[in-house]
Amino acid sequence: MTISVAMTVNGKPASGKVEARTLLVQFLREHLSMTGTHVGCDTSQCGACVVHVDGKSVKSCTMLAVQAEGAQVLTIEGLAASADKLHPMQEAFRDNHALQCGFCTPGMVMSAIDMVKRHNYQLDETTVRHELEGNLCRCTGYHNIVKAILAAAPAMKAAGV
Amino acid sequence: MTAATGIGARVKRKEDVRFLTGTGRYVDDLPLARATYAYFLRSPHAHAGIKGIDLSAAEKMPGVVAIFTGKDLAESKVGSLICGWVVKDKHGQPHKAPPHPVLAVDTVRYVGDPVAMVVANSHDEAKDAAEQIKVDYDVRPASVDLAKAFDKGTPQVHAEAPGNLIYDWELGVKADVDAAFAKAAHVTKIDIVNNRLIPNAMEPRAAAAEYDKGTGHYTLWSTSQNPHVLRLILSAFVLGIPEHKLRVIAPDVGGGFGSKIFCYNEETAVCWASSRVGRPIKWTAERAESFMTDAHGRDHVTHAELALDKDGKFLALKVDTIANMGAYLSTFSTAVPTYLYATLLAGQYTTPLIYANVRAAVTHTAPVDAYRGAGRPEATFVIESIVSQAAKDLNMDPAELRRKNFIPSTAFPYQTPVALQYDSGNYPPIIDEAMKIADYKGFEARRAEAKSRGKLRGIGFSSYIEACGLAPSQVIGQLGGGVGQWESAQLKFNPTGNVQVITGSHSHGQGHETTFAQIVSDKLGVPLENIEVVHGDTSTTTFGMGTYGSRSLAVGGSAIMKAADKIIAKGRKIAAHLMEASVDDVVFENGTFKVAGTDKNVPLAQAVFAAYVPHNYPLAEIEPGMDENAFYDPANFVYPAGTQICEVEIDPDTGETQIVNFTAVDDFGNIINPMIVEGQVHGGIVQGVGQALLENAVYDKETGQLLSGSYMDYTMPRADDVPSFKLGYKVTPCPHNPLGVKGCGEAGAIAAPAAVMNAVRDALAPIGVTQITMPATPLNVWQTIHGAARAAAE
Repeated sequence: MTISVAMTVNGKPASGKVEARTLLVQFLREHLSMTGTHVGCDTSQCGACVVHVDGKSVKSCTMLAVQAEGAQVLTIEGLAASADKLHPMQEAFRDNHALQCGFCTPGMVMSAIDMVKRHNYQLDETTVRHELEGNLCRCTGYHNIVKAILAAAPAMKAAGV
Repeated sequence: MTAATGIGARVKRKEDVRFLTGTGRYVDDLPLARATYAYFLRSPHAHAGIKGIDLSAAEKMPGVVAIFTGKDLAESKVGSLICGWVVKDKHGQPHKAPPHPVLAVDTVRYVGDPVAMVVANSHDEAKDAAEQIKVDYDVRPASVDLAKAFDKGTPQVHAEAPGNLIYDWELGVKADVDAAFAKAAHVTKIDIVNNRLIPNAMEPRAAAAEYDKGTGHYTLWSTSQNPHVLRLILSAFVLGIPEHKLRVIAPDVGGGFGSKIFCYNEETAVCWASSRVGRPIKWTAERAESFMTDAHGRDHVTHAELALDKDGKFLALKVDTIANMGAYLSTFSTAVPTYLYATLLAGQYTTPLIYANVRAAVTHTAPVDAYRGAGRPEATFVIESIVSQAAKDLNMDPAELRRKNFIPSTAFPYQTPVALQYDSGNYPPIIDEAMKIADYKGFEARRAEAKSRGKLRGIGFSSYIEACGLAPSQVIGQLGGGVGQWESAQLKFNPTGNVQVITGSHSHGQGHETTFAQIVSDKLGVPLENIEVVHGDTSTTTFGMGTYGSRSLAVGGSAIMKAADKIIAKGRKIAAHLMEASVDDVVFENGTFKVAGTDKNVPLAQAVFAAYVPHNYPLAEIEPGMDENAFYDPANFVYPAGTQICEVEIDPDTGETQIVNFTAVDDFGNIINPMIVEGQVHGGIVQGVGQALLENAVYDKETGQLLSGSYMDYTMPRADDVPSFKLGYKVTPCPHNPLGVKGCGEAGAIAAPAAVMNAVRDALAPIGVTQITMPATPLNVWQTIHGAARAAAE
């Protein structure tokens, strides 16, 4: 049995017919072919699948597609205005070499943006490291991710995003 | 022109924008029309006979396209997966080589061993159908405990390996070492376990295969670190598909750390089945499958003894190791605890006599193979643990004891007693720099201050040596390696002057698309944006050996330099013709051919254009086109070295260990992109810290169930488990490759476990603890502290 679902993804209407068990991440990857959001585990711990749903960061492997009915979903693909104009968090990740294989990166960036906003653009290293609890990276050792997020916070504030 | 983008520049990575905007293309992202999805039914038992498989209910499930078992593959003459390195035992006999079926036929040998492959219209349908397969198992006792693998009465894993012994191998002359021990003023002994690890690249393994009935061509997309080697194994040994009819593509790959070097069951089965099913087949591991079936790492039990004279000079080292191979021999498993381990036991020291005995065991656990460092972290952990213990035994400063025994800088090239000849190095300035950065002098004051807060503070050293870029091919062949160890490069210019750099190595996070472009930019003066690095596709690259053992820059980068030399040589002839000069008078500087002493010049781009539009061109002497291939076979390994200093603080009430300072000073030879190198070091250190403090692959010793099979049970290092790191460099260029580079990919992971554990041991020494196993989890530390207290009370 399939269920119709409709939501807004990166500002554009998106709809489809899904099984009741279809996860939001499956809907994004398999139905909308938006493969920027990744799946790195099956226990909701790696954070590679983080997207924003109605402005809050959510692990899209932990939410059913039908639960996002009518929601505003923002994924990594919707973050940059263009390839030349990255979001300040994306820019900071690039400037600080905060990514290597790139697999955890979409979730890291989405979590990091949410973190900066929740802390009102004011972060310190201890807070950043604690807040990254839900995002695993095997390549960077986190050193440069922490640096990037600390650098992005004032840049986001200055850019008003 | 190239100062900002050439060798030594912190160039931002070319690959980043696609990864940051969600436009990377990993295997699971591939859009394949009419795709089917595979799911593998796996053994829930560590050891069982298969009495029967009933597919009848599963075949009726919705969406099922086909179900295959080991019998189907056997009937189709699919071969055994192979181990590509023949290690000869101490009697000169090749190692025992039990078969490794792609799908189990009559016996399962570890939890996760694949038994059947279901192909269906969706992943969920395949999984649902797999649940309906009924396998009649005859459950048998399992051999799980490595220390008991050779004991009488232990269940046998393979009839082909009596006593569970794969080989009993040795290096060095035992009698000479024993004689040196007899004369020693002091002998330090240690017993250590190098804990088993699960690699956990963030992208799970994946494969997709498509068969073209019209041409008979197979295309296999795989999360592979070395697509050509995978193709070679599948073609020549397992599937029998002619090499030219099989294209293997490893697109963006989300981390490897060794675990994606090997030829695995699933990609083999998916490739084989694609022609039977007649539609593309996709498979992506769930994380639980990664835990169960990615080749694990490390897993040694070792007894070591170090003989010293009265002044603390090392006289001899004796090492006895049992290495776990798991249930089957993975692709390079046999080489890891032998030629990548025992040959490193000299470390940075002049120890004149070394004897190593390594026995490899099969057990009813997942296969074990190379994982970041592969043998070298195990060797470093042995050496650096015993050296620090010896310093404690002799009441010497651990840095002083190391310095006393370092190979002097004047001794290079240095022949070790364990086969390797170190090409270059200068170790004392490295440890000096590390001690300066770590403020070693101020440590005792910090220890006292910590004590006033009730904390135990300790400091630990690890001075490692690494041999990377396995080489040369002839020597590797003599030692039993089944492949060459060169690398290829092609520089393919287009008429408009931009260039594709086609390399046989593979990037899965290391940043080759940037580093290799920097080399070409520096050497040929081509702007970075006009250079594109191409890798990971057997149809675009002549051949390649892939990426492992920190070989890509030292070997693959050198091949690029060789190809660039050919471009310059040809360009000189073209430019000489265009400038009506003698070739001998033409020089190449900053991307331009010039006639010395004149203002005549031809930029490389102009020579390239002339080569493709040869209207004014010496066609009688040279061919048109600007496309050069090179193969580079190194003369020797490269030998990066360094010292790490770790400082920890332990809370004796909770057993929690906090890393409060971590310094790494490395000699990687010349550095192309310091930003990328730092990233490699950071990541490597955290994998080493993970091994020391957090990570442990645990099997139930009776049932062989994997107890650490998810991120809830296997502790991955998280951001708040580690500090920021302090790094430094010393440079002794490699004398035998054109870039003067050594490898940097594994150094962090090689050195860190010993640095951390020496710090933990140092912190716990004042309360009477002498030994503690990895990982030093809070529970382990707390129990060790209280065990020592109890022992003291008794």
